[in-house]
Amino acid sequence: MDLTISVIVGFMILGALYAIHARDLLSSVIACSLVGYSLVICFLLLKAPDLAIVQIVVDTITLIIMVAVVLDSSREESFSKFDTQGYISALTAIFLGLMLLYFYTVSIQSLDVLGKSSLRMAKHYIEGAAQKTGSANLVTGVVFDFRGYDTMGEAVVLVTAVLGVLTILRIKGKK
Amino acid sequence: MIAYIMCFILFLVGLYGVITRRNLVKIAVSLSIMEISTFLFFALVGYIDGGVAPIVDPANPAKIYVDPLPQALVLTAIVIGLATTAMLMAVIIRLYRKYGTFDIREIKNLRG
Repeated sequence: MDLTISVIVGFMILGALYAIHARDLLSSVIACSLVGYSLVICFLLLKAPDLAIVQIVVDTITLIIMVAVVLDSSREESFSKFDTQGYISALTAIFLGLMLLYFYTVSIQSLDVLGKSSLRMAKHYIEGAAQKTGSANLVTGVVFDFRGYDTMGEAVVLVTAVLGVLTILRIKGKK
Repeated sequence: MIAYIMCFILFLVGLYGVITRRNLVKIAVSLSIMEISTFLFFALVGYIDGGVAPIVDPANPAKIYVDPLPQALVLTAIVIGLATTAMLMAVIIRLYRKYGTFDIREIKNLRG
């Protein structure tokens, strides 16, 4: 399972690199959604069907929004020379990346090996969850019953975001 | 353990894009790539070998279940990520209508 996931994530990294470096913005956006659809396959392999369903819907909506924005504009990214500012930011990114990678490899030593994780937190959620919540799906039981207030907060965030998008798109800017 | 490292390399690719790109759409794309790698990390943490998806079958319940807690967390995070992306794209399209470009340096120059 470790190797399978690694191969798929390798393809996701290739897609992400293409999305970052493509000249045409439309192909960049489509490569980004390719990464998202590969994530759906990973979720299915990791036994998370709820996440796969949600991710495939959300990824399609994101693709539609981004394509709408890109098609409404000039698609070509204007060619820019690689000046000193560009070199500085690239060096900063690589240095920061190496440093973060080192600390990450140190910190995942305390995690369980992939596939051997112990159910420390979720034991109480799993035992008798069907009787406590009346839901056969344990993820739904956690989201809507044990952590119902969090889900309410999430709904508030969604409504706020929709109101924000409507407000931003409706106001008339000063000329 | 390779899967964890690969997942973090995907995150670093997104970080590289955010820092080095000048195009606003590409910055949004890089942010969404970083989000995706975080979702994958949480799904990896909850995985158990030989476990089944966390849906209880009353007929034969004595099985190992995959940890449902990270999955519930990611479920919330995916939807929030959609809201964030929609908001970001709305701001970007406003900026494009006002300045006529996606390039952040040109926008900075035009403002003065």
